Amino acid sequence: MAFYRPTRWQRPLALALLVALAALPFVLEAFDQAFYIGLATRVLIFALAASSLNLVLGFGGMVSLGHAAFFGIGAYVAAICQQAGINEALVAFPAAMAAAGLFALAVGAVSLRTRGVYFIMITLAFAQMVYYLFISARTWGGDDGLPLAGRMTLAGISLAGDRALFFAALAALTAAMVLFARLVDARFGRTLQAIRENETRMEALGYPAFRYRLVAFALGGAFAGLAGALLANLTGLASPNLLQWTQSGTLLVMVIIGGVGTLWGGVVGAALLLGLEEVLVGVTEHWHIILGLLLLAVVLFAPKGVTALFAAKGGGR
Amino acid sequence: MTQLILEQALNGLQFGLMLFLLAAGLTLVFGIMDCINLAHGSLYMVGAYFVAAAAQAADSFWVGLGIGVAGAALLGLLLELTLFRRLYQRDHLSQVLATFALILIANEAVRAIWGPAAILLNPPEALAGPVEFSLLGNDFFYPAYRLVIIAVGLLVAALLYLLVAKSRVGMWVRAGAANREMTEALGVNVRALFTAVFVFGAALCALAGGLLGPLLAVQVGMGESVLILAFVVIIIGGIGSIRGALVGALIVGSVDTLGRALLPTLLRATLPADAASTLGPALASILIYLLMAAILFFKPQGLFPARA
Repeated sequence: MAFYRPTRWQRPLALALLVALAALPFVLEAFDQAFYIGLATRVLIFALAASSLNLVLGFGGMVSLGHAAFFGIGAYVAAICQQAGINEALVAFPAAMAAAGLFALAVGAVSLRTRGVYFIMITLAFAQMVYYLFISARTWGGDDGLPLAGRMTLAGISLAGDRALFFAALAALTAAMVLFARLVDARFGRTLQAIRENETRMEALGYPAFRYRLVAFALGGAFAGLAGALLANLTGLASPNLLQWTQSGTLLVMVIIGGVGTLWGGVVGAALLLGLEEVLVGVTEHWHIILGLLLLAVVLFAPKGVTALFAAKGGGR
Repeated sequence: MTQLILEQALNGLQFGLMLFLLAAGLTLVFGIMDCINLAHGSLYMVGAYFVAAAAQAADSFWVGLGIGVAGAALLGLLLELTLFRRLYQRDHLSQVLATFALILIANEAVRAIWGPAAILLNPPEALAGPVEFSLLGNDFFYPAYRLVIIAVGLLVAALLYLLVAKSRVGMWVRAGAANREMTEALGVNVRALFTAVFVFGAALCALAGGLLGPLLAVQVGMGESVLILAFVVIIIGGIGSIRGALVGALIVGSVDTLGRALLPTLLRATLPADAASTLGPALASILIYLLMAAILFFKPQGLFPARA
């Protein structure tokens, strides 16, 4: 896999996308389609979650099938904060990130001792533990999940309006993408990608591969927690469904169709998958079949993800 | 108390043997072909539906079981020839994506054909009642159908052992799990062997699905939860090892069943009632995952690694 290098077009394109997204709610409202602001917010939140997984999976080379645990923990921490009387997102969201990040640190510390398939399975096992803990915890709603009384406030501004929450999600995604873009191009990201390519050589050069991987894993977990806290605000519920392993699978699918180890893979994948869902739901009740067939087509005919189809030919390593 | 423990131990054995049927196919596909098959649980679900539909049509459980297992084997053959054959050489991520897509397709297809509600599969009439036997002076009742499941499970395990440990095909399979390239170089038709193993695994899935059908509900999504358990089994046992799958399945089956039955009682004896009623079910359901994490921590290759 090639090392990440920012292209010349990246910064202007990203700025253009940001401006377009910032205008989106106003455009939708002008055309009386305000309903779609919720869907757009959902896409932004999943783009954040998938991008955090892409840091772990694409740049760190760690195939984690337990990312939903961090996502779900973020949602639950937000709901628990509100239950405890903290309605300020500036407190609740960092708390969600810290909880998810610390848990990821613990999971990573154990899991990163294993390799390959065993790593996939042990991350899955930890996610399952969290899932079962939450569905049996009656104080936190058990099977039904923990509902939020209403949306939180961010620095005193209420997120109750769809537009306000959209901008909160956009700000979170932008901050995360700027951080990820700088991180993977910095010394840390270079080292992480080099470890992905050849761990033995990097160890021989004196880099502590385990520690680099662990930091990336925990960072990915923290941002998944942020996405979870935002999603709990959008749907008004911290649901155990968020913790199910199929949710980890969905995030993985987003990253793979978007492009593993590309900066924009998570964003593209989330937009494609959720957009596709929205379109297919309108076509047939059994849209899962069509989605499945499309995913199979991606595996068989576009193995490097959809982004790679549009990337310039040649040039790779 | 003796009655409870004995009953739960038998339930654990029965559950473990059914898990073994699932895990045996999975561990071979995983071990020999190095292919992650998330859709293994879907084969189990589709197999159970085949059996239920055939049993209803033929008005006989055993005929239905035979037809359903044959149907699942045929489906396995079709899948191997059209899809899985292309996946073996690909990386794990592609396999995860492709088989995840298969889960979506299978769940929705089943929902479209048989509807969203669970369908009922009745055990054969003759086995509907309990069996009474006495042990250590106590009279003891156990459902006859569950005893038959245990018997069938033991029989299949024995046959599988003979097949893998004593036959020529079994030798190829073990050789393939230990070193694929070398086996190929020695002239074994690994391609045909892969197809056979995959079809065999699909048939075992349907057998487990059909046998468990009368005990659990035959419904959409039944494959996902059991798939994870089957993965836990093969990770504990060591990927590619049939012996490991058997030991792992029996461990997981009995730890899970006994944990759920006894842990709440044990906790109630030691903790305040309030804490025990919350902690009991939670701890019981994460017990096997704790076990797996602990085993991986100390033996990262599982209990019986197939590769030296």
